[in-house]
Amino acid sequence: MERERKLRVMVAKPGLDGHDRGARIIARAYRDAGFEVVYTGLHQTPEEIVEAAIQEDVDMIGLSSLAGAHRYLFPRVVELLKEKGADDIVVCGGGIIPDEDIAKLKEAGIKEIFTPGASLDEIVNWVKENVKPRER
Amino acid sequence: MDDIVKKIIAGDVRTVARLIRDIDDGIPEVREVLKKLYPYTGNAYVIGITGAPGVGKSTLVDQMVAHLRDQGKTVGVLAVDPTSPFSGGAILGDRVRMQRHSMDSGVFIRSMATRGHFGGLTQSTRSAIDVLDAMGKDYILVETVGVGQDEVDVVKSAHTTVIVVIPGMGDDIQAIKAGILEAGDIFVINKAEREGADKTLADLRLMLDMDQNKYREGKWKPPILKTEAVFDKGVVELLEEIEKHREYLKQTHGTLLPRRQKEKVSQELLDMVKSRLIEEVLGKLTETGEFDRAVDEIVEGQIDPYTACDNLVLPNIESNSSSKK
Repeated sequence: MERERKLRVMVAKPGLDGHDRGARIIARAYRDAGFEVVYTGLHQTPEEIVEAAIQEDVDMIGLSSLAGAHRYLFPRVVELLKEKGADDIVVCGGGIIPDEDIAKLKEAGIKEIFTPGASLDEIVNWVKENVKPRER
Repeated sequence: MDDIVKKIIAGDVRTVARLIRDIDDGIPEVREVLKKLYPYTGNAYVIGITGAPGVGKSTLVDQMVAHLRDQGKTVGVLAVDPTSPFSGGAILGDRVRMQRHSMDSGVFIRSMATRGHFGGLTQSTRSAIDVLDAMGKDYILVETVGVGQDEVDVVKSAHTTVIVVIPGMGDDIQAIKAGILEAGDIFVINKAEREGADKTLADLRLMLDMDQNKYREGKWKPPILKTEAVFDKGVVELLEEIEKHREYLKQTHGTLLPRRQKEKVSQELLDMVKSRLIEEVLGKLTETGEFDRAVDEIVEGQIDPYTACDNLVLPNIESNSSSKK
């Protein structure tokens, strides 16, 4: 019997960069933390990511970007979620992201940004504290 | 609640997604919604696809979806992946192979984890099938790793069950023998470009031929197909075989509705009663701490497990039947 809500998160790679090692490691860490992790694979458009997130009813989308297009792609995901009335889904991101971009991304609604050097524990704990399974 | 029902029948994606989550999380209120949805179900054709990890089920499903869409059919996909017994978490990666359909409003894809349900997987997947059915999908494809009784039960409740193997998995066919061979309506040897496909075909044929007598009586004889899902080879033929099986079912049972077939209804109701009993009784016992106390008592040698079981179960059955009427 299972009456507790389980945290569902999505790990997605928007854009054209072809490196998903980091995303896979994060997905694994989330799984080990007891979350259900939907992984969508490489080369996703923000539209595809948002549609999948809605179909999967996830509580959070974790975006990974290593190729520099985060300034467009990340905020676009947040925008689309708003358009679809699904902005209760938390968005966070990680990857190669210059310091000067972080404030702008947060302003655009990305709740947290993790850069190289962030430990898996740190990331998992942040999720546990900041993302709660949907109530009703 | 009527609002939820209306939205689901209208095909509202968010409402459907949320209801499936509620089913999965065991929220008791969903029962009322499911009761109201039931009259709107029974129209979809359900196909179960099962096989060991790595045989290419997701790729096959992806191609099947593409062809069904070409025919103008709408499709729902339920992709079940195992939950880690250690952390309770799961990586649900079947979508990777199907993401090209995510922008297509005629397709709804949902990943589900097996979780630790006591037989509840069968229940929650069946309920999710009902929801996609009520939402108006023409076809529902349910993909599971074919291990464990629950997962076999899930695909058994489909109209057509497809079992996928790959060449060179001799031992795997042994595993199929152990329980799901009988459940297969169609067998697919995927990755057929690999060495050993013909041997696998011969092995399968041999096993299926043991049922010659049944086929002579007019029972469905499962075809064996070779596919190369990645290259979209053999997928059209697979769908044609599924169509033939559908015709066969229609003719033998006079209906495609499983709910008009006594055997299926009996199995489903049995599963439903079982999981409900577990939920009600075990739920109460764990909530009150009675279960844990009994465990301690057994460990300390104060009581034997048989008596403990009597003590836990009997009063609950009686109190339940008297208090709820």
